[in-house]
This record gives sequence, structure tokens and C-alpha cells, in this order.
Amino acid sequence: MKALTWHGKHDVRMDTHPDPGIVNPRDCVIKVTSTAICGSDLHLYDGYIPTMKSGDILGHEFMGEVVEVGAKSTLKVGQRVVVPFTISCGACYHCGKHQYSACDNGLPADNQDIAQTLYGHPMAGLFGYSHMTGGYAGGQAEYVRVPFSDIGPIVIPDGVDDDKVLFLSDILPTGWMAADNADIEPGDTVAVWGCGPVGLFAVQSAFLMGAERVIAIDHFPRRLELAKRFGAETINFEETAVYEALMEMTGGIGPDAVIDSVGLEAHGFFVDNIIDQIKVSTFLGTDRIHALRQAIIACRKGGRVSMPAVYGGFVDKFPLGAFMQKGLTLKTGQTHVQHYMPGLLNAILEDKIDTTFLISHHMPLDEAPTGYKMFHDHQDEYTKIVLKPGMN
Amino acid sequence: MADATLRSDDGPVAASKQDPAAEAKALFGDAHQQVTARSVTINKPVAEVYRFFRDFRNLPQFMENVVSITVADDRQSHWVVKAPGGKTVEWDAIVTDEAPDRHIAWESQPGADVPNSGRVEFRDAGQRGTVVTATITYDPPFGVVGKIIAKMFQREPAIQARRDLRRFKQLMETGEIATPAKNKQEFEEMGL
Repeated sequence: MKALTWHGKHDVRMDTHPDPGIVNPRDCVIKVTSTAICGSDLHLYDGYIPTMKSGDILGHEFMGEVVEVGAKSTLKVGQRVVVPFTISCGACYHCGKHQYSACDNGLPADNQDIAQTLYGHPMAGLFGYSHMTGGYAGGQAEYVRVPFSDIGPIVIPDGVDDDKVLFLSDILPTGWMAADNADIEPGDTVAVWGCGPVGLFAVQSAFLMGAERVIAIDHFPRRLELAKRFGAETINFEETAVYEALMEMTGGIGPDAVIDSVGLEAHGFFVDNIIDQIKVSTFLGTDRIHALRQAIIACRKGGRVSMPAVYGGFVDKFPLGAFMQKGLTLKTGQTHVQHYMPGLLNAILEDKIDTTFLISHHMPLDEAPTGYKMFHDHQDEYTKIVLKPGMN
Repeated sequence: MADATLRSDDGPVAASKQDPAAEAKALFGDAHQQVTARSVTINKPVAEVYRFFRDFRNLPQFMENVVSITVADDRQSHWVVKAPGGKTVEWDAIVTDEAPDRHIAWESQPGADVPNSGRVEFRDAGQRGTVVTATITYDPPFGVVGKIIAKMFQREPAIQARRDLRRFKQLMETGEIATPAKNKQEFEEMGL
């Protein structure tokens, strides 16, 4: 089969790999019908994520048709499914508490050593996202082996377009969990840093959870325009001083909850950001956290900080003083996708959440390397690329 | 057991900062040079976990380096284990102590390629399932040099015990062992 394959920084290619098959009883194999490039794939593309190996297949937002099932899979050949990006067993203590991304058993035993050393504990496996997360082949491919297929993939009713449900795999539940983690109360003002896909879904989710106002912050006009469509007020940080604007817009109180959906590659030429960049490039630190700093400083006293953004290592100049003195609460984590999927599928089917607005481009899977370059270089225009195997 | 250690606290053996050889000597006498212990919590009732482990024929399913275990009777078994350089080592083992749902201990018989003994404890952890602690003492082959070689090949028992226990947990909880292999052929090449 053909698959998008990582070879190094800014070097991804379409390579031929052996076809996947059933290995364990709970597996299934799917024929991919749609697979997206995620913002966090750009972290791999830019070489920020350790433990990548040349030849790894990328992709963790995908769906398709079941073509093969193991003896203990509950799926049937021919069913259409969306696959969660987290590989979770459904049987351990954490899965029992619906903390799926903290699954004990999603990672192969040998791969658990790295996460245990870095984070203190092994986490769930992830598709197509380095060997620290299991070394599982990803979904930007014609076929994928899906472990624990009896608890992960969600079956999609006939007649519902791929585009409507594809984002159940990652960014929709991630945006929803971001808002969920912000513990939104009716009447709240919520500020969202980063209007990428996760931020835009967080905007929609915050309103559905009762927020009165949502303020969206970015520097790409097209992304801010999308946020505005869902009722958000906007701040372009290249034109407006963010802290001052937030204080004026909230009568000096600050947002009740702040959501950082920017993550470890925050853009912009801020002094601390540039220092962070220097540290990253000289291996003194790994993550750049400008957005998170700004969010913590702006958040109202006693407010909530939600952090769906991906961080991998260590930071410095974390405003711990402001965080403590103001009595803030921080919630974060990789998304517990399996927990949110069924409710969000219903919300899509009932037209409560708009998902297709995000897609700017469809491309053949064969053109995935071009897709990465365009998504990387032209983020304002390319908000979301969906790759289609077999498309001409 | 804590009384026999060289430390004044309640810290488990696996977390000792002492010289492992000295620790082993304090715990088990002069016979063995290395000691390694690991704990894992398995989300299954203690009776089920013990029953599975007690049948030594099940162990090669999750112990990567154990090629085979032949069980002669309730107490005696024969182990064939992978060693560095594509070789295998073998020994006869005898169960020296056992209390159902509590613990089981075994020891290699004279003439073993790598003299060793093991003890696995099972503790009912209520809603969390069962805490399993494996303590293995052994004499590394060819002393220090052998140990370095063993580490290069990841056959060093401390690493092995940790990974084997994780696989044991996976097998008990999920009915299978997680692998990134794309298909059966890749799985055969990778092994557990």
C-alpha cells in the first residue's frame, strides 16, 4: 500500500509499505476513505517531536471502511468507522474512569520506557506520532491496522458524509474537551488563544456550554473570520495589545476562563518567544509558551485555565507567581476521545455543531507531501486539508 | 523483609540507592549477586491473576526471553531462556514456597547455567485489582563483563522484569499484548 512517510525535518514522501493485517484478536483493518493533516502533524514535520524514525507512517485523523476483523472485534466488514487518535484498551483502571488517553496498556511494553522516563508514567498509544507514543503506523495511508477495535472506532450511519464526521477522530473532541476543562458557567466570558481547528471547535463548544461571550485571539484574518462566524469577538494580536484589549472588553475583570490552543510552536515576535526559540534551537529548552503566559496573566482571579495545546517537554518563565497568587485552576491532557465521541456524533447528526466549515482543501493522498508544505507555509489559506486515497 | 535490608526506611528494594550486590547479600545471603524487584497493579481479582501465573506454561506468553517452560509436576519445571549472542541458557527450577493468592517462590537446581531464584507476591488491592511484585535474584554470567553484554542486548533482568510485568498486565487486562506491528510478518520479526 501507499502511505505518507516521514524521513526527516520537512521531508515527507509517499512510499510503498507492506499491507497491514490482523495481529491481535481485538484488531480490525480499515480501508481509509478520508484522512486529515493535523496541526500537531506539523510538530513532526518541523522536527520538534523526538523518537521519530525514518520510514514512519504519519496520520492520526482518519476514517474508513472495515475490511478485516479479528476474532474479538465487535465490528463487521463493510461498516464505516471513525477511529480515535488515541489507542486505549478499555479494560484498565484509567479506561474504566474514561481517562482514555491515560490508558495503561495502549503502548507496547518496550515503548513505555521512554514515556515513563520523561513523564513518570506511560500514556496511551497514538497513531502515527513517534515511537514514544508506540510506533504505530498512522492513517495517512491506504490501509491501517486498528488495535482494540471493539472499544475505539465509532460506527457512522449510512448517508452521512465523511467530511461531517471525520473530525470526531481528534480535533472536535479535543476542542470540546478544552471547553469542558474550562468548567464554563452560564454567563461566562471565555478567551481562546489560537483559532486553528481545535480553537475554532473550542469556540463553538464554549457557546454550547453556556458561555455568554467568547473572545478569539489569532493573527490570521481568515481564521478570525471563521471564529466570528460562530459568534466570537476577535483580537488580532498583530494589531491589538491582547492583555489591554481583554481588560477593556471585560471591564477590568479578565476572562473567567482561558483556553490555550496554540501549543509548543507559538508564533509571533514577542521577546520571551524569541528567547524560547533560541533555547529550543540550542537545546536549552523544548517548548515555547508565549500564549500560555499571556492567558495566565489575563485570566480573572480564581479563574480557570484549559490547555488542549500539545506540549512535550520543559518550559521556563512559567508565570507560577501569577498562577498561585490569583488562585487559578489548570486542566489539560491528551483528549479522552472515546469518552466524547458518541455525544459529539449525535451533536453532528442533530446539526448542533458545524464541522465542514473548517475544510479548505481536498487533495489526493498521493499529493500529501505537497499538502504538508502548503499547510505549513500558508496556514491562513489552508485551514484544513483532507486527503482522499484514490482521488484523482 | 524490610528488616534484612541495609536501610532504615520503608523504601522497597527496587528503589534502593545501596549497592545492589550488598542489598542482595543482606536479603539472600552470599549466593546471589544481583537483585531486581518490580511492582505492577493489574485490574483483575487476585485469584484470577494468581491462577494464571501459577501455571508456569503460561509464562512464555508474556516473558520475552523465556523460550519454553516444561512442567514436570506441581513443583518441578524446566526453563529454556534466551541469552545474548543467539544462545540459550537452561535450568531446572523447583517451587520452594507457595501460598495460593499470596505468593510463589522458586529456585534453580544445582547445575543451572545462570543460578537464580524468583519470588512473586500477589496482594489483593480491592477495586484496583491485584498488586504483583516480582523479585528476582541471579548471578550474572561471566561477572561484570557478562552484565555489560547482557545490558547491550537488553537481556538485563531489571529491564526485562519491568517489561515482562507490563506484558503480564496487558495480557490479563486486555486479553492480548500491545504491538505496533502492522501485520503478522512484522510481528514475527519484532517478537513480543
